[in-house]
Amino acid sequence: MIPFSLLVLACLAYVLFLFLVAFWVERRNANRTAGWLRSPWVYTLSLSIYCTAWTFFGAVGYAARSGLEFATIYMGPTLVFIGWWWVLRKLVRIGRQQHITSIADMVSSRYGKSPFLGVVVTLICVASATPYISLQLQSVTLSFQVFASASAVASPVNDPAVISLWVAVGLAVFTILFGTRNLDSREQHTGIVIAIAIEAVVKLVALLAVGMFVVFTLGGGIGPMLDRIAASPMAGWEVDPARWIGLTGLSAAAVLCLPRMFHVTVVENTDENHLATASWAFPLYLMAMSLFVIPIAVMGMELMPRGSNPDLFVLTLPLSEGRGGLAMLAFLGGFSSATSMVIVATIALATMVSNHIVMPIWLRLGPRAAVTGDVRGVVLMSRRMSIGGVLGLGYAYFLLSGGSSALAAIGLIAFVGVAQILPALLGGIYWRGATRMGAALGLGVGSALWVYCLLLPSFGPGAVLSASVMAEGPFGIGWLRPYALFGVIGLDPLIHAVFWSLTLNIIAFCLGSVLTFPGPVERAQAVAFVNVFDGGAGLQGWSKGTADPEALLITAQRILGDEAALGYFQEQAKAQGKGGYLPDPAPEFLDGLEMRLAGSVGAATAHAMLSQLAGRAAVSVEDLIAVASESAQMMEHSAQLESQQAELTRTARALREANEKLTQLSVQKDGFLSQISHELRTPMTSIRAFSEMLMEQDLPPDQAARFSEIIHTEAIRLTRLLDALLDLSVLEAGAVQLNVGLVSVQTILDRALAATEAGRAGRQVVVTRDAEAEQIFLRTDADRLVQVVINLVSNALKYCDALLPELRLVVRQKGGHVTLDVVDNGSGIPKEKQALIFEKFARLTDQTRAGGAGLGLAICREIMENLGGSIAYLPGQGGAAFRVTLPLRMKKPA
Amino acid sequence: MSATPHVLLIEDEPNIAEAIRFLLSRDGLSVTVLDHGAKAMAVMREKVPALVILDLMLPDISGLEILTAMRGERAFRGVPVLMLTAKGQARDREAAEKAGASLFMAKPFANAELMAAVRQLLGA
Repeated sequence: MIPFSLLVLACLAYVLFLFLVAFWVERRNANRTAGWLRSPWVYTLSLSIYCTAWTFFGAVGYAARSGLEFATIYMGPTLVFIGWWWVLRKLVRIGRQQHITSIADMVSSRYGKSPFLGVVVTLICVASATPYISLQLQSVTLSFQVFASASAVASPVNDPAVISLWVAVGLAVFTILFGTRNLDSREQHTGIVIAIAIEAVVKLVALLAVGMFVVFTLGGGIGPMLDRIAASPMAGWEVDPARWIGLTGLSAAAVLCLPRMFHVTVVENTDENHLATASWAFPLYLMAMSLFVIPIAVMGMELMPRGSNPDLFVLTLPLSEGRGGLAMLAFLGGFSSATSMVIVATIALATMVSNHIVMPIWLRLGPRAAVTGDVRGVVLMSRRMSIGGVLGLGYAYFLLSGGSSALAAIGLIAFVGVAQILPALLGGIYWRGATRMGAALGLGVGSALWVYCLLLPSFGPGAVLSASVMAEGPFGIGWLRPYALFGVIGLDPLIHAVFWSLTLNIIAFCLGSVLTFPGPVERAQAVAFVNVFDGGAGLQGWSKGTADPEALLITAQRILGDEAALGYFQEQAKAQGKGGYLPDPAPEFLDGLEMRLAGSVGAATAHAMLSQLAGRAAVSVEDLIAVASESAQMMEHSAQLESQQAELTRTARALREANEKLTQLSVQKDGFLSQISHELRTPMTSIRAFSEMLMEQDLPPDQAARFSEIIHTEAIRLTRLLDALLDLSVLEAGAVQLNVGLVSVQTILDRALAATEAGRAGRQVVVTRDAEAEQIFLRTDADRLVQVVINLVSNALKYCDALLPELRLVVRQKGGHVTLDVVDNGSGIPKEKQALIFEKFARLTDQTRAGGAGLGLAICREIMENLGGSIAYLPGQGGAAFRVTLPLRMKKPA
Repeated sequence: MSATPHVLLIEDEPNIAEAIRFLLSRDGLSVTVLDHGAKAMAVMREKVPALVILDLMLPDISGLEILTAMRGERAFRGVPVLMLTAKGQARDREAAEKAGASLFMAKPFANAELMAAVRQLLGA
């Protein structure tokens, strides 16, 4: 007998051996010297993970219970692989071309890189695979127990929960060590493939050895063995054609859709031609695996005590015959079957969970981090946690289900679950009209029925669905009974579930596809998938991108790792005929990069990331908003610049105008002295000339009187001029003493008109006033305001050249201001002179008629400024018009 | 031939014009007064003056312009011109002499000074 401890030791040694092989292969592979490691034989052997512990142990049990029916489990895959040219080749080609990382990625990618479908498929896969993984734990635990109970020494651990826990933990560690050592763009794990290939050999050798032992030692050779089989009750068992066809189809669907099978067949495929070899070698392997199933079952039933578990005949037959070594080999075979399945299934599931559930959530939580964060670390961490989670689920299922169900039943439940993906998968690669909505509906309907008709009842009556629901349907609705849907009774529960779930799945898929219209990305992907053999890149294609190569490189480094990213970029740059590490963001380059990123983070995520970097739309509303707000900021900034520019232009114009005015003023100032000189000398000339004549004393008296009068007039003129000059200088200096009081506009105008009465004498001037409007009381300096009005009125009287002079005095109140317009009906002031009239000595006509000092308007302007108002020429009034504006309540001068 | 030489006075200030006319008339000269410059040339062509007394600052055209026009016409090239101005700056004097003024006199002036200049220019 083999001591239990030796068994554990052997297991550990075996695992360590596998570990070392895998490690060595990874090292060799890194140095690119592992040519033979990528042979079609390794590929074929790796496919043998189809044969799990269920096949290794369970096929015999299946045969012992149901006869030849177990063969259907091998017939489906055999048919699929023999017909590889039609389905598998296309799947592998698409998988390589699109850098597909899992079946969920495949479906998601086909239907417009739909994140939702990725999640749905992932959930179906996890739900299906969890019992399956638990099945492997159960078989390993069972085989341990067999040895433990057979062992003479009491085993230190006999609790199945403890054993399976250790198995689960050990597998998790192994898977994490090898499944997440690095992030490969295509999720290929050469080391693990080699390890499972070795395990494939071990389990085949083990089963063949047990089979030979049974046939030749126990059965006494081939002939006697055939007689025994013919004599066994198995020979008489009827074959149910419905089950045969159903199970064959189911296993064919499973070999395509099981996550682990998809992983080894499509994802780990390094060369499409390997399929050609596998197409005959894999069925051969399956045949070899099934060759001795019937003999072992027959001999087991014959030799083993009644009631012993037929699922363990492979192990118990050699043990009961005292063949410890053979039993050990059989144990390792079963162990290999279980571990290889669990490892690959866990990696495949973890990839899906990480890429389609964890990463999208993480990206959504921190969209900025997609570009800036350490994506690589997050991806690896989410992978590891997913692996732990998947194995934890399997272990939990094992504990809950109690490990009681027959192995085959659990396996079939999983088959039906993953088969729900088949319509979307096959429809996706053969039917361009298949749409996301169709796929979602089909997957939803199919998986819901699977859960209701098969998965939930499998926990046993009362576990989830009560016995009454099982017997009478929910709420007593008979046609909703899980095993008799729509009144279809008498069918085998499995076939019943397969029939309804797949039928309705296909109907929903087709209807949904026909009734909806695919989006642009989806259409492009449909063409890429369906017409994969027509050549072309297939992807929707990046038009000449605007991506910054450096930003792309930084992102790629974070996901692919420094060296891998730099290598790829350098290679691409070289291909473009450039040196360095930064290729142009050409469409081919972006396509390739997206595929490589997709290998690490999934197609949808990679697409979203690159879309962000390449500035392509069709990402998400948030991204668009972010982009929009950014460009809005830029627009605002440029608008600010523009307004600054406009302001500068305005300032420059104002400065230019000011400069022109200054120059003009300077010229005027220059002329000011000579002006003053002229203004003073002119009356002085008359005074001097006439006074000299008077001094001669021989003038007639009337002439003397006239000359005296002229002298007097000129003297007054001189005085007035000096007064005006003095007034102006005081006003300009702002040193004027204002006498502010309350006065009505009417009073002001009355006083001004009275003062100019003399000027109007002899001329018929019509003055228009509005007494009502003039009832406004102002707080201002009345004398100064009167001075202004006098000036304006007398100017109008002096210069108005109309035949019938009119003068309008218009008063208006606007808010806190009062305006007074003084308008005559003359020819007005030419436009080019309007700007100059308020300057000193800016007389427009000959001074004979004007008779003033040329300072009137200049003084008016200064007065109005002192009164807190203004005076301006008002063009377009039909004559000369001036507008005086002043505050209703003048502020007290400081 | 008239014995009394004819003097054309172009001056816009009426009081100054009256004073000068009084002084010249008293000395036996015939005087025509213009209070602006526009018609000056036309008036001169009607009757060539023996002397022109010209104010520099006139309301319409400047005295310098009239002087320039006179010096451009052969008939008036020899007519003596006495420039009067209230702007007694050197710059104005130079400009006037350059334009061909015979004499330049700043306002206000002494009556005797003016008459001496007139007599000198009339070659009396």
